[in-house]
Amino acid sequence: MAAKKCSIPFSGTKEQEAKLKEVIASHKSDKGALMPILQKAQEIYGYLPIEVQKIIAHEMDIPLEKIYGVATFYSQFTLNPKGKYTISVCLGTACYVKGSGDIFDELSKKLGINGGETTSDGKFTLVDCRCIGACGLAPVLTVNDDVYGRLTVDDVDGILAKYAE
Amino acid sequence: MDMINIKINGADYQAPKGSTILEAARLANVEIPTLCFLKEINEIGACRICVVEAQEKRGDGFGPKKIVASCVYPISEGMNIFTSTPKVIDSRKKTLELILSNHNRTCLSCVRSGNCELQKLAKDYKIEDESIYDGAKTESILDCSSAHMVRDNSKCILCRRCVAACAKTQGIGVIGANERGFNTNISCAFEDDLGNTSCVSCGQCIAVCPTGALYEKDNTSEVFEAIADETKTVIVQTAPAVRAALGEAFGLPIGTDVEGKMAAALRRLGFDKVFDTDFGADLTIMEEAHEFVDRVQNGGKLPLITSCSPGWVKYCEHYFPELTENLSSCKSPMQMFGATVKTYYAEKMGLDPKDIVVVAVMPCTAKKFEIGRDDEDAAGVPDVDISITTRELARMIERAGIKFLELGDEEFDDPLGISTGAGVIFGATGGVMEAALRTAVETLTGEELESVDFKEVRGTKGIKEANYDVAGMNVKIAVVSGLANAKELLKKVESGEADYHFIEIMGCPGGCVNGGGQPQQPGSVRNTVDIQALRASVLYNNDANKSIRKSHENPAIKQVYKEFFGEPGSEKAHHILHTTYVKRELYK
Repeated sequence: MAAKKCSIPFSGTKEQEAKLKEVIASHKSDKGALMPILQKAQEIYGYLPIEVQKIIAHEMDIPLEKIYGVATFYSQFTLNPKGKYTISVCLGTACYVKGSGDIFDELSKKLGINGGETTSDGKFTLVDCRCIGACGLAPVLTVNDDVYGRLTVDDVDGILAKYAE
Repeated sequence: MDMINIKINGADYQAPKGSTILEAARLANVEIPTLCFLKEINEIGACRICVVEAQEKRGDGFGPKKIVASCVYPISEGMNIFTSTPKVIDSRKKTLELILSNHNRTCLSCVRSGNCELQKLAKDYKIEDESIYDGAKTESILDCSSAHMVRDNSKCILCRRCVAACAKTQGIGVIGANERGFNTNISCAFEDDLGNTSCVSCGQCIAVCPTGALYEKDNTSEVFEAIADETKTVIVQTAPAVRAALGEAFGLPIGTDVEGKMAAALRRLGFDKVFDTDFGADLTIMEEAHEFVDRVQNGGKLPLITSCSPGWVKYCEHYFPELTENLSSCKSPMQMFGATVKTYYAEKMGLDPKDIVVVAVMPCTAKKFEIGRDDEDAAGVPDVDISITTRELARMIERAGIKFLELGDEEFDDPLGISTGAGVIFGATGGVMEAALRTAVETLTGEELESVDFKEVRGTKGIKEANYDVAGMNVKIAVVSGLANAKELLKKVESGEADYHFIEIMGCPGGCVNGGGQPQQPGSVRNTVDIQALRASVLYNNDANKSIRKSHENPAIKQVYKEFFGEPGSEKAHHILHTTYVKRELYK
């Protein structure tokens, strides 16, 4: 089984760790504190890699698996850092029937990552989203704040090239 | 207790206020099927097999009939409950069809075929087309990474019984539900292999699994091959708890002693010698009682903690590494037995230890891990070659066409089949402590005990404590089974709040009789019958009927010390019968 550990090296700082431990300490006596702690942790680090989850497991004296289970259940949590550019492909009904699934798959293939993951150079994160309210332009995707519409699979290379620097 | 009135299927009953419908129905002897429900540890209403129709009383009439999960739905005054209406049956059937639509239905060859809870329900509810809702299947990979077991999520029904056993009963929690919706799967943190986690190999997850998703690594073929190899002398040893449960695999009631039939079956399977781990247990007592007296008299590390249970030992190494110095250096009875066979017995019989295969039949899955540990090879070859579970032995007996129930009682072979009542109670929680006390007290006082029964340490309570006045010293002891209980007690030991001299810890609740390698009993039995106590009664009866009940009075033990080891704790005994431990990481 391939362990789902993040391929991008962890670069958490001492300050971040101290801040996280402070958050955990402030919830020490609360029941059901795991959710707010995970939310704060993601605020501090931007994502929830194994290194961060281990700190939480140790400090809260609960199994690592329990944390991982919660982190993978809720879509608000991510195990991967956000890349410099987040490519968000709309898989809402209108875009999907116009072929956005194929565009998503093409991006996944070109970047070598699955949805929710980040390329190992930290440049691109690929995610899917539901309707962004631009159904008239379907299929659409966004790269950070740039919107691209009426796409075909053949447009993917051109879009990626724009952010190649 | 406040009782309230309810109707089940038209008949009037009373049940305690606060009961669930399931509990009330059981009191009324009305059986409701369950799948995910495990009393106290997994009451989550997830699988929807236990649904019934219920109507709450409203004024002079009734509210609407609702389909509810009886395992979590509380009864109320005047409630009208229907447990097998067409609507209820149809609901359960639909649930089963949906479970089966995402189930790897290779039932013919499945390890649980014949005692699978899902298979039984599918048959009981007359599922005629098991593929009616077939579509996509959740992706899964076989996890064979640990020494003792296989996880096959293609057979998993997400009941979470294993998760509850791991996290709640054992306080470990290395497996859990990850992802959500259709992708939900039971696995380890970061989808790591089980073998990379701090799983202790106790097998309690296997014991509670209703299907074939979790099972021990099967070593039965290796045993058959060893027996067929004429150049090998194949010696079998059986742990105390095996005789208390093997009969269940052949339909005998829980709590049937099958020691005699088991010895007969092993002989018919073709083992060259049929010996008893109870002898190893007596040997353990000689060494461990000596170690205890030595630590008390010479200021050694206390409390001394027993080391017979490999699940507990691995737990200690992962979760309480600082306490590994408190672990008795004694090998487990299984390993002591194997080491004695490959040194003393080999020498006596003129055999090369390389030509001996020691097979251990154990109620335990962690023993499969233990045989591969470092420092468990007194003769330069592994002390024990193959460890199989009680379930695997039952499978071997079936495969060999031996009619177990027709067999007459036979005895173990001499000399390593001779044992005492002290050896046999090792299989129940408190047994090692009681056996050790029988020998340690007589050693310290030099006087014969009036009664060998130390009843304070018996029973299936998770944590037991007692004080004994031994030769003027107040000896404080504790007996623990189940690792969540162990964690609770050890935190007190670490903090200095508890100051015991001697602690017995068994990894599985109730001790080895309830080990992860014992025949599986379905949820309906686990939730209503005290399996641990029934199996333990076999061992205590066996002890009470033995003519010799103290390890140090076992003539075969006396002989092996006279001819070979010298004294307990001698240099030779230390080399052959003792081992070492490691401090393990919690995460890799």
